Amino acid sequence: MQEPADTSRRQFLGLAGGAAVLGAIPVVTVRPAEATPAMLASAIQNVTGGAAVRTGKVKLDIPPLVENGNTVPMTVTVAHPMAPEDHVRSIHVFNEKNPQPNIGNFYLGPHNGRAQVSTRIRLADSQKIVAIAKLSDGSFWSVSVDVVVTLAACTEDVI
Amino acid sequence: MTSALINVPAKAKRGDVIEIKTLMSHIMETGYRHTAAGEVVPRDIITSFACRFNGAEIFRADLFPAIAANPFITFFTTATESGKFEFEWVGDQGFSETASASITVE
Repeated sequence: MQEPADTSRRQFLGLAGGAAVLGAIPVVTVRPAEATPAMLASAIQNVTGGAAVRTGKVKLDIPPLVENGNTVPMTVTVAHPMAPEDHVRSIHVFNEKNPQPNIGNFYLGPHNGRAQVSTRIRLADSQKIVAIAKLSDGSFWSVSVDVVVTLAACTEDVI
Repeated sequence: MTSALINVPAKAKRGDVIEIKTLMSHIMETGYRHTAAGEVVPRDIITSFACRFNGAEIFRADLFPAIAANPFITFFTTATESGKFEFEWVGDQGFSETASASITVE
């Protein structure tokens, strides 16, 4: 009688261990809606239409360590002339882990004189911010910056 | 109701690149937040901002929920002639606001 009882205990422990492993997977995967690197890639794809994006020209000024993700000052500057024949057409800003990958699209022209835009954004998590500039010759330039956020925005409960 | 704050230099020299700062008072509710009862708070954001100078569009922006409350946007323009800047914000739930500012170019 001793033998079966021992076996069932072993089986029980085995099952419990398996359940614990199975249980751990949903805990990791079931998270609040957030943009994934794949969503970031597809949002960028929507803007570029598959064209090659080169690194450079664009400068993204944002604090590397953010205490409050609800309002983060951000400035995008493109080091490029704003002449009628050669200028920056638009600036697009994306994030990796907010519920949506888009932050803002800004459309410029030669009359702007300087390709620089500032605003304040929300960040739901420590993540990568990507800024892409489209030039009048159809080329795309980008920069990405990693930001650490202490207090998250966007998804917190309303009190 | 003065819900917009606009900062445009009153005077500029022809050819100067001037900075325009705009702020619109708006909650920018993301649509991802829940009340204590678990209901989703519906999205209420400004979706687009445009600036026209003497009728011609000089700047436009698409805004998303990731823009902080009370959207603050600054950009630049070259002063070419005296005239009037017109600003327009359009958003969810029929939100629409306009503002204007004049500049004298010497």
